[in-house]
Amino acid sequence: PIPLPLLSLQIFINNEWHESTSGKKFPTYNPSTLEKICEIEEGDKPDVDNAVEAAKAAFQRGSPWRQMDAPSRGRLLHKLADLLERDRVILATLETMDTGKPFLQAYFIDLEGCIKTLRYYAGWADKIQGRTIPVDENFVCFTRHEPMGVCGAITPWNFPLLMLVWKMAPALCCGNTLVIKPAEQTPLTSLYIGSLIKEVGFPPGVVNIVPGYGPTAGAAISTHDNIDKIAFTGSTKVGKLIKEAASKSNLKRVTLELGGKNPCIVCADADLDLAVECAHQGVFFNQGQCCTAASRVFVEEQIYPEFVKRSVEFAKKRLVGDPFDARTEQGPQIDQKQFDKILELIESGKKEGAKLECGGLAIEDRGLFIKPTVFSEVTDNMRIAKEEIFGPVQPIMKFKSIEEVIRRANSTEYGLTAAVFTKNLDRALTLASALQSGTVWINCYNALYAQAPFGGFKMSGNGRELGEYALAEYTEVKTVTIKLSQKSP
Amino acid sequence: LKKQGSDSSPASVMPALPEPIKDLKIKYTKIFINNEWHDSVSGRKFAVFNPANEEKICEVEEGDKEDVDKAVKAARKAFELGSPWRTMDASERGRLLNKLADLVERDRLILATMEAIDGGKLFSTAYLMDLGACVKTLRYCAGWADKIHGRTVPMDGNFFTFTRHEPIGVCGQIIPWNFPLVMFIWKIAPALCCGNTVVVKPAEQTPLTALYMGSLIKEAGFPPGVVNIVPGFGPTAGAAISHHMDIDKVAFTGSTEVGKLIKEAAGRSNLKRVTLELGGKSPNIIFADADLDTAVEFAHIGLFYHQGQCCIAGSRIFVEEPIYDEFVRRSIERAKKYTLGNPLLPGVQQGPQIDKEQFKKILELIESGKKEGAKLECGGGPWGDKGYFIQPTVFSNVTDDMRIAKEEIFGPVQQIMKFKTIDEVIKRANNTTYGLAAAVFTKDIDKALTFAAALQAGTVWVNCYSAMSAQCPFGGFKMSGNGREM
Repeated sequence: PIPLPLLSLQIFINNEWHESTSGKKFPTYNPSTLEKICEIEEGDKPDVDNAVEAAKAAFQRGSPWRQMDAPSRGRLLHKLADLLERDRVILATLETMDTGKPFLQAYFIDLEGCIKTLRYYAGWADKIQGRTIPVDENFVCFTRHEPMGVCGAITPWNFPLLMLVWKMAPALCCGNTLVIKPAEQTPLTSLYIGSLIKEVGFPPGVVNIVPGYGPTAGAAISTHDNIDKIAFTGSTKVGKLIKEAASKSNLKRVTLELGGKNPCIVCADADLDLAVECAHQGVFFNQGQCCTAASRVFVEEQIYPEFVKRSVEFAKKRLVGDPFDARTEQGPQIDQKQFDKILELIESGKKEGAKLECGGLAIEDRGLFIKPTVFSEVTDNMRIAKEEIFGPVQPIMKFKSIEEVIRRANSTEYGLTAAVFTKNLDRALTLASALQSGTVWINCYNALYAQAPFGGFKMSGNGRELGEYALAEYTEVKTVTIKLSQKSP
Repeated sequence: LKKQGSDSSPASVMPALPEPIKDLKIKYTKIFINNEWHDSVSGRKFAVFNPANEEKICEVEEGDKEDVDKAVKAARKAFELGSPWRTMDASERGRLLNKLADLVERDRLILATMEAIDGGKLFSTAYLMDLGACVKTLRYCAGWADKIHGRTVPMDGNFFTFTRHEPIGVCGQIIPWNFPLVMFIWKIAPALCCGNTVVVKPAEQTPLTALYMGSLIKEAGFPPGVVNIVPGFGPTAGAAISHHMDIDKVAFTGSTEVGKLIKEAAGRSNLKRVTLELGGKSPNIIFADADLDTAVEFAHIGLFYHQGQCCIAGSRIFVEEPIYDEFVRRSIERAKKYTLGNPLLPGVQQGPQIDKEQFKKILELIESGKKEGAKLECGGGPWGDKGYFIQPTVFSNVTDDMRIAKEEIFGPVQQIMKFKTIDEVIKRANNTTYGLAAAVFTKDIDKALTFAAALQAGTVWVNCYSAMSAQCPFGGFKMSGNGREM
């Protein structure tokens, strides 16, 4: 980490920095030190309106952005990736300060994902093809896959920059313009990227960033009549509100990436060391603050005691501390609200009769650090088995048969990811088919790549991010049908 | 020249035209195998000439069967399961192709100067058009590398089925002399994007830019053996490729005559997969309701570009009777405006033909036009006392049975014929064994779409000519080729 240059702390509209209409600012804190980092201009409805106006103008027929050749859009995305590479240390430092995630993880995982995702979508820009279609009678028929228009993006605090790039890259690739509201806890890297957008040469108004709060700026986006599509990553609770607001206003298209209570199924024939390590990283990564967290570990009876024993060993070894220390694996939770909620769920685990194997409380008097916690003898009716904890807490349950574990794994309104550990081909493929999850990992965890689509079944979300599939979420299909005087071959 | 379509966006403005390099040194004249430079097994070399002054530029190692065998061995090894190339992430292959594009951009001036001297190509065209297309094609294919998807398929019964789109293997690629660097890139970019290894034989008239690319391929970091380049002649090195038992696919751009030989050899040897980009006698149909100035200009460039040495040359121009005379008049005016000379110099609009063989063939066809009764409107003979220059030539009153209306001339000779009705011109346009490209000039939507459907051509242009882009597939119907590039 390095000393930081002047930060961008204002609202980014038309490639310029603006104060908030209200004059208000809001603070952002470093969750490791609990100190205020700085104050940011607080955007609200009027600022969102300004941003939308800019985004709409940038999307007009005949605008530089609309006229730009598709390969050139791709070049701009590649250049943005180049700048992220150039400023990788700065961005990783900002991300660590703002989120508390270990610096090395921000540098090697978050930033790596951002750069690769930008380059992946840079490659798609000039390959978005419609179809020619043989309709009946005397017509020439073809489809155009047009950009949707102004896209609102509301991003979370757990992977602030990465979740923004997951939306920005396909949106821009397809020719849309954006109005972004980053999470109020973690606006810094999103605002920094505004300066890079300008440096790369995206025309003004193509990307606009309005920091602020959910009920104000966020709601202004989800209810806006001039926003054509909204993408949200966050809790299922807020996701539902957004979809409601989208419907009540102008039927804007909606994609949602929401919560999960993801089953991790370890069969007796699994490579036990691999399974233990993957399950451990799967739940504890990013302080447990992942939508993909492996928060229900189902272990086949025969290996259950050994699995628990090894998992506890791992959890006890996990180094919690200053995220800028290279040895740290786990930083603080994001804020007091999350911290309190996690501890409350831990207490419920103890009360409802789960066996606390290690951890179970906060680390110091001051600070938002929680000890890596393992519960065994967890049953499906306990709160820790049903509710998303979003903290460093690993519930481990027992199962006897495949049919049973399929039923139990699927008994949730969530359906984001699932993992299976087994060497048996048949079992692996059977589970892959049976699990109601948007992603199924076999003998691995959190294997996420720009090329592969990601998203939830059921109440874990609507639609897909990443891969070719994301393009469908950022294009609107137009069918053109032309009459001919005679039937053509 | 709007060949690539206008591109006014901030991210890709046309570069300003610099001056060609004076006294360009040719550093790479050997056979490129395993990222190393080799002498020919036979010890033979062959001379490479500048068609503008018939002077020798340098000598290049002459590859033959033994050199092709060495190259194929290297390519096969680089393709082995577990090799660096086979185990490389698909996205990393894309990174390498983008890196290669960066290097081509860096050495744009060197490559353009070399292409102009070796191929008789106008330097301005080489720098702005050819090099531009090379960079764009590399970047386009770079983007596809990690997007080559198979499918999962709902099969009957208790089965799980999915397809993998795997690389074919070792690909032999035989490149022509009219767009040496562009055609080189059109072949290697998709091949490498999909994970294949290649053995490339550039045309004997124009091996220099291909060999220079060898140095950039090594610099970009492609593993040894992934790209191999064997300069040499068709009947020796080329035939060794098309007959080779350990080459999995051959791609060829060149004449239909040689294309047939290659497909035969492929069948006779190991059934290697074949793609061919061959000749054309492309019809350009001008209706009375067309914008006449636009049509004349596109018809002109569509034929005379690069001294007429284009597979897509619009070499049968069908003009609707009412505007025929005016069209001919304006076309002659346009053709007369030319300055011929050294393609490196600014202000020169036409360079030489590639070599003596082509030069003689074109002049012979011009004579046949005169003999068979076409009306010579301008040009009709050679130009200058050195180099293979031919005057821009226009024939009117051409009828379909004349040799100049049937055979591919590949020179600066424009044929203009008359037509009356739509059905007639569709028939006449399609009355050829070729089928590479076609164009129609009209404002009427119905006519445009009818022709788009009715013409037996791999590309149909409406109110334009030669509009090509890396994003669009290109290839021939009938004997203009098999398969599609881009």
